[in-house]
Amino acid sequence: MVGWERHSTARVLPPVQPRKLAKVPFVELADGRLQGVVSSGSDVERVYVSSVVAGSHGYSCSTNNNRPCGGLRGTPCKHIQALLEEAVVQYGVARVARYLRIDVDDPDCTDLDLLHRLRGGPESIPAAVVFSRFLRHLAYLEVPESTEPVPELHWFPATRVGR
Amino acid sequence: MRGTHLAELFDGADPGVADALDVVSGFDEALVPGLARVGAEQQSQLAALAGAVAVTPLRERTREAVEKVAAGSFGDEHLAMLAGARTALLGAVHDALLERLDTALGRPRATWATAEAPAPSVSENLMAGVRSWLREVAIAGWRGVDHDLVSASAQTAEAVLAVPALRRLAVLLDGLAAELRASCPVATMERLPLRRWADLWSRALLLAQPGGLPGSAATPVSGRLLPLGVDVHEHGTAVQVQVHAVLESADVPPRLVRTSLTTAKVETIVGPAVWRLLRGAPVLFKALAEHRALEITDVPLLPGGDLVWQDGSARPGETVEPFATARLHLGTALAPAVPPLERHPVRIAEPVLLEGYAVAVSEEGESRLDVDGQALTVDVARLPGCGPLTPDLVAASSACLGLVRWDGGRWLLQPLAVQVRNRRGTTEAHTADWALGPTDPKVVRAEARAGDAVAVLRERAGRLLRR
Repeated sequence: MVGWERHSTARVLPPVQPRKLAKVPFVELADGRLQGVVSSGSDVERVYVSSVVAGSHGYSCSTNNNRPCGGLRGTPCKHIQALLEEAVVQYGVARVARYLRIDVDDPDCTDLDLLHRLRGGPESIPAAVVFSRFLRHLAYLEVPESTEPVPELHWFPATRVGR
Repeated sequence: MRGTHLAELFDGADPGVADALDVVSGFDEALVPGLARVGAEQQSQLAALAGAVAVTPLRERTREAVEKVAAGSFGDEHLAMLAGARTALLGAVHDALLERLDTALGRPRATWATAEAPAPSVSENLMAGVRSWLREVAIAGWRGVDHDLVSASAQTAEAVLAVPALRRLAVLLDGLAAELRASCPVATMERLPLRRWADLWSRALLLAQPGGLPGSAATPVSGRLLPLGVDVHEHGTAVQVQVHAVLESADVPPRLVRTSLTTAKVETIVGPAVWRLLRGAPVLFKALAEHRALEITDVPLLPGGDLVWQDGSARPGETVEPFATARLHLGTALAPAVPPLERHPVRIAEPVLLEGYAVAVSEEGESRLDVDGQALTVDVARLPGCGPLTPDLVAASSACLGLVRWDGGRWLLQPLAVQVRNRRGTTEAHTADWALGPTDPKVVRAEARAGDAVAVLRERAGRLLRR
């Protein structure tokens, strides 16, 4: 047996945990941010685009039509709280903390502990970028099935979650 | 598969395999700082790659490519040659390993004889876009990959995904980009998956060459299809269900075949929910869930042993237990040839049946099946979340249908189904038991609590897309 470096199927990304999607349909750790989309509690046509920057912990929240969220008054709004909560379910607290560069000593800490350790303030982050990534994400569900073999997927074995 | 088969599989090392893999690793290490910054060490590693193909037709052009990289003035064609030389070496390793496995199993294999059909015509601009991104990656090196470089792939990858003939390339690019995105900035990573990323980069570069996607001529086949087991592949935005089966046709000996269904998905659709995404093969799924044979009529068979599934050309047949199929046919069925561009150790996945073993769990937590004093390691990480197979079931099993694989320098067993003896008799678990939905009440309840991820996202897509 040789090192992990010499494995073709070396696992880089741990599988994500399933979670309820109704409140927060989209969460990702990308572009140096925790970002995602939170459904409005009152209007099914409206969603909020929320993000937290890795490192600086600056955050932002606005509707998909770029109207700033009314809940942002110097502290993260309930949408950002929901985003963080669901990110922890999906990726695990350790991966979220590492990505955002939040120092946590306790591996069993919660999304609320992460929330309290955000050091940044409101920051202007373009909602359009995140929203277009969400739309691209949804568009995957419209790609037709294929019956041609994809041998390249042998590099991506399915695995169980939460091992 | 008995102890004697395993003894033959493990006996001695193939001359050349380890050396070839060392040369591959040398190239893989050159991709860390990037090909624009090769030092003396990387230059000698690249020279070793050229040396390893010196007795092949790749000789002159690989040597030229290595010189161009050393001089810092390389183009697309030189990168393609390097990827080609690396691929040729791994192809030779694949051949040596598969021949060893076939010999140990006494498995006959068809020889590759097909003249390839014309490649599907695709937009050269699109392919050039893919090559250009892969070149930027090679220049930057893994250590130089940052958010901007990963984001630069997004538009091209989206365009590639929209072309059905480029599905293989699209799925590969998505998988690689997602790993790089999650690893950014790569410069801060402690360890890098060198072999894996170089594998993905090389294959993508070859598929993105003009004419790089081989077309192949299919032959219509009819007969009785007896499923053996289902291998599941998955990354954030794709899932593939690959059925291994035996095909009984008139006038020819039984053959080992596969048939595959692939669809796009999103990261949050995991576990048993992935079956609901695949809606085009209800007849096949019923046969898998109920352990039935299928009667197929004029279904295209590709020269590599892949049936291009047509659900309308299949009828469910009588109940046939996969373990019975394995006992009857695995000793003699004819295995298909491997298409030239698919020859890579990661593609080795030979169905086998193991019985009469003891399960031992090592101190590191590794399960091994011990047959007549020979131990085969179980790759429990390859048990898919969409089915009922668990490490505990494997540990309690008395018979296992699986795929023999090879990675990280050793042979592994990927279970597809197990038989477990208990007080009430024998129970079975197969990876595709939940193809029509979970049958375990606990899993059904958990699914109900979590809600239907597919339905929620389709509702969101319906409201927010196309505006």
